[in-house]
Amino acid sequence: MRCMPKVLPLNGDDAAAYAMKQIDPDVVAAYPITPQTELMQSFSQFVADGSVQTELIVAESEHSALSACVGACAAGGRVMTATSSQGLAYMWEILYIAAGYRLPIVMNVINRTLSGPINIHCDHSDTMGARDSGWLQIYGENPQEAYDNTIQAVRIAEHKDLRLPVMCCMDGFITSHAVERVELLDDDVVKDFVGEYVPTHPLLDIEHPVTYGPLDLYDYFFEHKMQEIDAMSHAEAVVREVSEEFGKIAGRRYSLLEPYAMDDAESAIIVLSSTAGTTRATVKAMRRAGKKVGMIKLRCFRPFPKDDMVRLLDGVKAVAVLDRSDGLGAYGAPVFNEVRNALFDEDFRPQIVNYVYGLGGRDIGQADIAKVYADLAEIISTGKVKQRVRYLGVRE
Amino acid sequence: MTEKPGWKTIPPGGLILAAGNAKEYKTGEWRTQRPVINKDLCSDCLTCWINCPDSSIVVADGKFKGFDLDHCKGCGICMAVCPKKAIRMEPER
Repeated sequence: MRCMPKVLPLNGDDAAAYAMKQIDPDVVAAYPITPQTELMQSFSQFVADGSVQTELIVAESEHSALSACVGACAAGGRVMTATSSQGLAYMWEILYIAAGYRLPIVMNVINRTLSGPINIHCDHSDTMGARDSGWLQIYGENPQEAYDNTIQAVRIAEHKDLRLPVMCCMDGFITSHAVERVELLDDDVVKDFVGEYVPTHPLLDIEHPVTYGPLDLYDYFFEHKMQEIDAMSHAEAVVREVSEEFGKIAGRRYSLLEPYAMDDAESAIIVLSSTAGTTRATVKAMRRAGKKVGMIKLRCFRPFPKDDMVRLLDGVKAVAVLDRSDGLGAYGAPVFNEVRNALFDEDFRPQIVNYVYGLGGRDIGQADIAKVYADLAEIISTGKVKQRVRYLGVRE
Repeated sequence: MTEKPGWKTIPPGGLILAAGNAKEYKTGEWRTQRPVINKDLCSDCLTCWINCPDSSIVVADGKFKGFDLDHCKGCGICMAVCPKKAIRMEPER
């Protein structure tokens, strides 16, 4: 079913808040932090206006906010929240608890640099640190994707094969505060798509008493973690299924990653979030000049779509992975490690280099991206990599 | 020891799907000293029953009947509160 879209000028925060309004979750518990504040401000306005039935818990910290989400979700509610940076850091121990108890909470994370020194602008150091917490991570490129991802995340998290929490990530300020054209679905269409939440073991079902969070020592913890690992192994299929179904109602197609101009590409950049837009524009311009360049936008970092990535890189000669966070002390940053690791078993292995960029919100433009493609062209022509891990846009 | 169930058969997320199962957890195994009653001194005042944090004083018909050693952790509170000094703690061997 396709309906005529309503189009509004919205920034990423307001687009995600509008999705939350249409989802109308049972409980939202949150604490404000830049650049997430505007999202929660918009949503609390919907609560104040009576546009949603949501019980809004204004917690005294992010630790308490996510704890309240855990309690409300265990009680049987559909639960959402949002945060950024230090707020995510303060939620840390509860992140693992939400995933470990298999609570399908959906959280928008507006990516912001972790202190210190203190900074309010975008990099991915906050969510990259949480990559092994048992939450799925979907990275949106623009306000439209912030809206679309929020709606899909509810279905993904609550899927019977998964029952895991989901983070929808968008770039702080770049996406969260920049107004763009956003196509909105009708309220009824979203309502039908997300459906009614059916909890599996709600605490409020007093006919079937259940204990959440008992002590779980060496004799059972490993088995419970194994269940979580097994659930995550279904995540790729779940994301694909929900994305395809969403495509039918929205006309916007999503998957775990999005290739652009990859069919005959000799060099490729792999990138997340808003920088994918900058890269796409650069590729478009370079293609007009006859350069065989391409891009893979990684939409899902958790689960990491290893097989799709390997398949897309088959035949590519040189690859640059752009990371908006560093892996201090590691050999390369998180996305680089993941992609390079995925290629180890393959007969065909491209040269692959890592560019750490944009830390603390440092701007990145098409000239920077073009420089990366020029570096890749040099690697292809010389067959040599001068420096495997590089830092793009930092002053010496 | 019987084989414990694997990850494919246990409830998800560490959930316990039945109520009132704390008694199945034999915390008495933690004990390093055990309470011993001298019935000649006991007046059945049940001060120990009131104070025991693990509900491990067994009472029937208003009378002290003994200790639930499957769950008594050996904390010694019963000994400390007994007005007749009828309870002593002996080391577990």
